[in-house]
Amino acid sequence: MDAIILQFLNGVDKGAAYALIALGLTLIFGTLGVVNFAHGALFMLGAFCAVTTNHLLTLSQKVKDPSITFFEAYIDQPYLVTWYGDFGQTIIDWSVPLSLLLAIPVMFLIGTLLERGLIRHFYNRPHADQILVTFGLAIVLGEIVRTFYGANPIPQPTPDFFQGQVPIGAPFGLDIAYPAWRLMYFIVGILVMFGVFALLQFTRFGMVVRAGMQDRQMVQLLGINIQARFTLVFGMAAAIAGIAGALYTPTLPPNYEMGMEFLVISFVVVVVGGMGSLGGAVLAGFMLGILEAIVALPVISDLIPGINQVIIYTVAVVVLLTRPRGLMGRKGVMED
Amino acid sequence: MRKRDYFMLLIFAAIMITLPMWGPLIDAGYPDIMQRFAVFGLIAVGFNLLFGLTGYLSFGHAAFLGVGSYTAVWCFKLFTMDVIPAIIASTIMGGLVALILGFVALRRSGIYFSILTLAFAQMMYSLAYSVLTPLTNGETGLQLALGDARVIDRAMGVNPESGLPSTSILGFGVSNQGMTGYWICAIVAIVGFYIALRITRSSFGIMLRGIKSNQTRMSYTGLAARPYLITVFVISGMYAGLAGGLLASVDPLAGAERMYWTASGEIVLMTILGGVGTLFGPIMGAGIIKWLEAKLSTFNESVVEQALAFLPDSIEHGAAVVVSKFVGEGWHLSLGIIFMLIVIFLPGGVMEGLQRLAGLFGFGKNKQAGANSTPAE
Repeated sequence: MDAIILQFLNGVDKGAAYALIALGLTLIFGTLGVVNFAHGALFMLGAFCAVTTNHLLTLSQKVKDPSITFFEAYIDQPYLVTWYGDFGQTIIDWSVPLSLLLAIPVMFLIGTLLERGLIRHFYNRPHADQILVTFGLAIVLGEIVRTFYGANPIPQPTPDFFQGQVPIGAPFGLDIAYPAWRLMYFIVGILVMFGVFALLQFTRFGMVVRAGMQDRQMVQLLGINIQARFTLVFGMAAAIAGIAGALYTPTLPPNYEMGMEFLVISFVVVVVGGMGSLGGAVLAGFMLGILEAIVALPVISDLIPGINQVIIYTVAVVVLLTRPRGLMGRKGVMED
Repeated sequence: MRKRDYFMLLIFAAIMITLPMWGPLIDAGYPDIMQRFAVFGLIAVGFNLLFGLTGYLSFGHAAFLGVGSYTAVWCFKLFTMDVIPAIIASTIMGGLVALILGFVALRRSGIYFSILTLAFAQMMYSLAYSVLTPLTNGETGLQLALGDARVIDRAMGVNPESGLPSTSILGFGVSNQGMTGYWICAIVAIVGFYIALRITRSSFGIMLRGIKSNQTRMSYTGLAARPYLITVFVISGMYAGLAGGLLASVDPLAGAERMYWTASGEIVLMTILGGVGTLFGPIMGAGIIKWLEAKLSTFNESVVEQALAFLPDSIEHGAAVVVSKFVGEGWHLSLGIIFMLIVIFLPGGVMEGLQRLAGLFGFGKNKQAGANSTPAE
């Protein structure tokens, strides 16, 4: 039983990553009607924002190693440590959470620029063209990252504070401990999702965007510049992918190809959840993440070898064939 | 088929046959790259039958390529080193897998179809890497071994005295001898082109184009689109399987990386680059990409510096650093950029570009109607 719960929890944080990416994909699709194959690349860029932050914070100078007195020995000491001592060390330790300060604005900017510069010209082109151009974009972004950071995964530190396990089973009398960082990831994911829902449901901006999703032309006729709002939504979706990517780095060392792996699954998530349904994307994200983790249990994977590799796709096929609209898809949205 | 189609076939055959003669002029005179031209031209032609005619964008074609390769290598291992049964088997297997996949994926259209095929290909890739290791030999890739059964070869008494056997065709060596491999690929490619030409011009092909332009209207006139779609998907899968079999024939090993999504993407790139819906376009795209791959990926910084030696020294080094990011290891960057530019500015690919050029110089009058096409949905 404990094993099942633990595996369930393991699925939850991966599910959070899927859900965040799928949320962004759905936002973009729902507002702009564009299928964004570059969204995985945006997730990857977010992860590399964390790498960059870490890199910047640990810029070092050579200083004399005080522990060796026989000869002149030099070690790399980050400037931050030279300047602020222990406090500098703490900053470096917290580089991944701090990277959000870089990731959110940078990704937002990249998102809006992409929308203005590229995606906008593809609204009236066929879906196939949108897929192709964003696919090309994903290749280009991935390769640019590779020229700067190389092809190998770059591990990122988990802050000391989040090292270790949280005994979350204790209140229920269960002996379950869960890595603190992953718990944090899950909580942040939930907060971001609630933030997005709140923004869409309870603000004027959200109301306009929702109206635009329903009937773009009508909103325009009412004299609202829906285009500007949609550009912001695209930036927002990119920023969400950036947050998801940056915070995922301690769990999975990023490399330039990670985006595509997440993208394929996120698409499946979107399809299962229902194209254009934000709630469906979140629900399906968690569901598939958890399902993937649970079937990885030895009991099940011994019974049906390889099930953990195919379960997500199998679910997608079954859902698409039995319920073409997805779990929570609205009627009439991309049903064919 | 019209007269001009035979003319086209003739031109294509002439190009393939004379390639070894003029190949060296573009620094592509060696068998390996010429085989790639033929094989990837073949797969692009098959992909174009699906995407160009029906507008269904499959992102999983590399899966069939991989299946074809595995089938061919197993055929070599189990039965005989002769190429002919191997490529027949790989064609059939490619078709079978396409039938299963198409049965499911073709229930949906548009982006759902693209996503489903992409998901399927990824699934097969990860299966080939993990669970199916007894069949695929996982990460190492499937290779020939000394102790392979080769039932038919042994029964016939054909067995190499030492070392690994090489593939052969009717007794002639293939994988250990340069040009034979190319000739097989070229002949298969010409036959494949001919079949694609026939399909495009047949009433079946016209149906497929009808599906592309308006599927709803097609079904209102009482035609079920699905059987047509499944048929063309299977044909397209057979082309890919055949290409995989050919790849394994000229170099008898098969690895899962042939099924990775980048490989599927590359097939899409070739077709788009050359020109979707045109007959020559995909082959040209395959040729361009394979040629660029062979050339650009071998460049390194010193080659670039030599090429830029005419520049003043002060900017030469900087320019070399920048340019070298786009070649060698980073040639995918150039590929991605070229691809994006094509999709943005020239959706019809190189063929459209040529037509526009021809139009500029006043040759536009005899523009062929069938070859030109609008971007596919």
